[in-house]
Amino acid sequence: MAVDILMPALSPTMEEGTLAKWLVAEGDAIKSGDILAEIETDKATMEFEAVDEGIIGKLLVAEGTASISVNSPIAILLEDGEALPTIQAKTKVKDPIIAPTKQTEKLVSALDAPPNENLVEQDLPEGTKFKTQTVREAIREAMSEEMRLDEAVYLIGEEVAEYEGAYKISQGMLDEFGSKRVIDTPITEHGFTGIAVGAAFGGLKPVVEFMTFNFAMQAMDQIINSAAKTLYMSGGQMGAPIVFRGPNGAAARVGAQHSQDYAAWYSHIPGLKVVQPYSAADAKGLLKSAIRDPNPVIFLENEILYGQSFEVPDWANYTVPLGKARVWCEGNDITLVSFGIGMKYTLEAAEQLAEMGVSVEVIDLRSLRPLDTQTVINSVKKTNRCVTIEEGYPVCSIGNYVSSVLMQEAFDYLDAPVINCTGKDVPMPYAANLEKLALVTTEDVVAAAKSVLYR
Amino acid sequence: MATKKTRKTNVSKDDLMPLYRRMLLIRRFEEKAGQLYGMGLIGGFCHLYIGQEAVVVGLEAVAEEGDKRVTSYRDHGHMLACGMDANGVMAELTGRSGGYSKGKGGSMHMFSKEKHFYGGHGIVGAQVPIGAGLAFSDKYKGNTNVTFTYFGDGAANQGQVYETFNMAALWDLPVIFVIENNQYAMGTSQQRSTSSAEIYERGQAFGIPGEAVDGMDVLAVKAAGQTAVNHCRSGKGPYILEIKTYRYRGHSMSDPAKYRTREEVQKVREEKDAIQHVRDLLLTGKHCTEDDLKLVDKEIKAIVNQSAEFAKESPEPASDELWTDIYANLEA
Repeated sequence: MAVDILMPALSPTMEEGTLAKWLVAEGDAIKSGDILAEIETDKATMEFEAVDEGIIGKLLVAEGTASISVNSPIAILLEDGEALPTIQAKTKVKDPIIAPTKQTEKLVSALDAPPNENLVEQDLPEGTKFKTQTVREAIREAMSEEMRLDEAVYLIGEEVAEYEGAYKISQGMLDEFGSKRVIDTPITEHGFTGIAVGAAFGGLKPVVEFMTFNFAMQAMDQIINSAAKTLYMSGGQMGAPIVFRGPNGAAARVGAQHSQDYAAWYSHIPGLKVVQPYSAADAKGLLKSAIRDPNPVIFLENEILYGQSFEVPDWANYTVPLGKARVWCEGNDITLVSFGIGMKYTLEAAEQLAEMGVSVEVIDLRSLRPLDTQTVINSVKKTNRCVTIEEGYPVCSIGNYVSSVLMQEAFDYLDAPVINCTGKDVPMPYAANLEKLALVTTEDVVAAAKSVLYR
Repeated sequence: MATKKTRKTNVSKDDLMPLYRRMLLIRRFEEKAGQLYGMGLIGGFCHLYIGQEAVVVGLEAVAEEGDKRVTSYRDHGHMLACGMDANGVMAELTGRSGGYSKGKGGSMHMFSKEKHFYGGHGIVGAQVPIGAGLAFSDKYKGNTNVTFTYFGDGAANQGQVYETFNMAALWDLPVIFVIENNQYAMGTSQQRSTSSAEIYERGQAFGIPGEAVDGMDVLAVKAAGQTAVNHCRSGKGPYILEIKTYRYRGHSMSDPAKYRTREEVQKVREEKDAIQHVRDLLLTGKHCTEDDLKLVDKEIKAIVNQSAEFAKESPEPASDELWTDIYANLEA
């Protein structure tokens, strides 16, 4: 019986990929373990092996086809002597992504605010063009631009050089900057973090990549006790100009030890600056600011956002100031406050609320320490209602802090209690259905918004 | 205690006198600090270096301008040995504005950018990767400076020490790992805490050469230090010195030291004291007289008394210092 060969998922977050090359042809006999094709994910090119044996009846997608959804048929495998079935499965090729940008544009148009003006605080040179860029490319470009400007900046971490990054953030950087400045470490977070902190004391400006921030737990002492506190303990004599960056928060189906949002943890610490961008423009501008900053900066990325595209100003000197929130869209009825991947749910919810006739103001905090409380307070004084959205745990969350600030600074303006939408108070489960329940959802946000609107 | 190596006798006065003065300064300073602690002028934890003076003084004798040093919380001796001002160190102990950290660091957390002293670290072992990182910065910049990274026999059981050994060897970092083995990790003796008798041998697994040194003989320390420095400066990577020493006082001022006998301490003081050793060399070599040494003692005492006065009189930091030095500003 004919069997469909399906587009495989080759990483936890992969939703689609490119069929780079077929290594078999129609009519070829194959057996289990034969390599059928090379498939490009957003991180790497992988070989795809056959599981069953049979004859390749038909190749359903041509070489070079991009954006093939996971689980859609890419070939038909026949038993020996079997004829091709007449009805062929249809391969689903998604629209080339840029989903968030489209969403933003839709949202922005729905809420009646012009797009690009919202994206920058800096006066861009006249005629600056925007380019569509993934968050991954934006982070890479920010590091590369700063490394070209300043010899003291270097990248260090596990698999950043020859492997070109576990998530392909540093692709091509070893070629450009060489092994002196793009440095592979052993698997030894506590040690290489301490070495990087020492190098920062010695006058260098390391960018430390953690393969994920979950692994930075091993290095917590060096981040908190050495990097964050030395400026104070030395009476201002020496501090650590260093950036700790890497993916943070839940990816997809990687379970409890690989899925945790550390926003609140690091934001607790005086001496650290903490940022968690959502868009590619902010990722680029904030990372450049972080590298130039003389303090230790925790730069929290998100694996799911790496492959998403946004409009980014095509200007090498583009930076985004640390400690300044972005108002994504203005509205009068309710303020939604979020950051990082929380913005995804927030913007989806804002769109649904707009369709219900609610005028929504969305604030992307971007920086969590220093936190731009004034922008939130000003907004709530106008809308009188607020919901915060984040993926982290509910206890001692960023939302808790924002709520307490609002209670102190805008108590008389609040027409309803502030609701914090967060990830659930459980270790991340593996099962797909449970994982979905554990994360904050768009429905949670809409329900919370309706609740504070008394609708 | 390491077996006493053949102690040199034919050393010149010019070699001996600076070592003697510096060791004596540390001892008198620490005695004064102990006294001020007893008077309530110094608070918190205060770990005295008495007994171990030859370690840091011997190694500083081979340091060159631009070399760096980093150590643990038992750091007063290291600061004095690298030329930091006794007033500033003592005033930091009393938590006054004239201290090296404006009173915000205390005994365990002091720094001097000028003297390339990178702390003063309160977390046992955390200074080890930091020291390798300082060495990394010198190698990156392409100079020939080395970093002296001091830690104790207790810290030698921290995992990050071996993570650091691995990378220091892998990347040929110009770092000298100085294990100040005073035989007690707080109250736990080396026999009760450490699987191997010779800690310096632990570098073998990483290809790092090492040697044990009699830490009660400042000349032996200096000679071993020169070997280590030459190795590092010539680009051959890290080097380990396990310097067998002894602290006469408790782990900190609040340690009653019940884990060892008074006789044990007394025996080391009487038979192996590093300062007495140099004093004997000066006298038996006829480099100076008892009276000459009394004069030196007097000078040292004056420096220490002056530092105590300074530390008492220096004002407490202004209240608004609470809010400074948390973040550095971008240089314009």
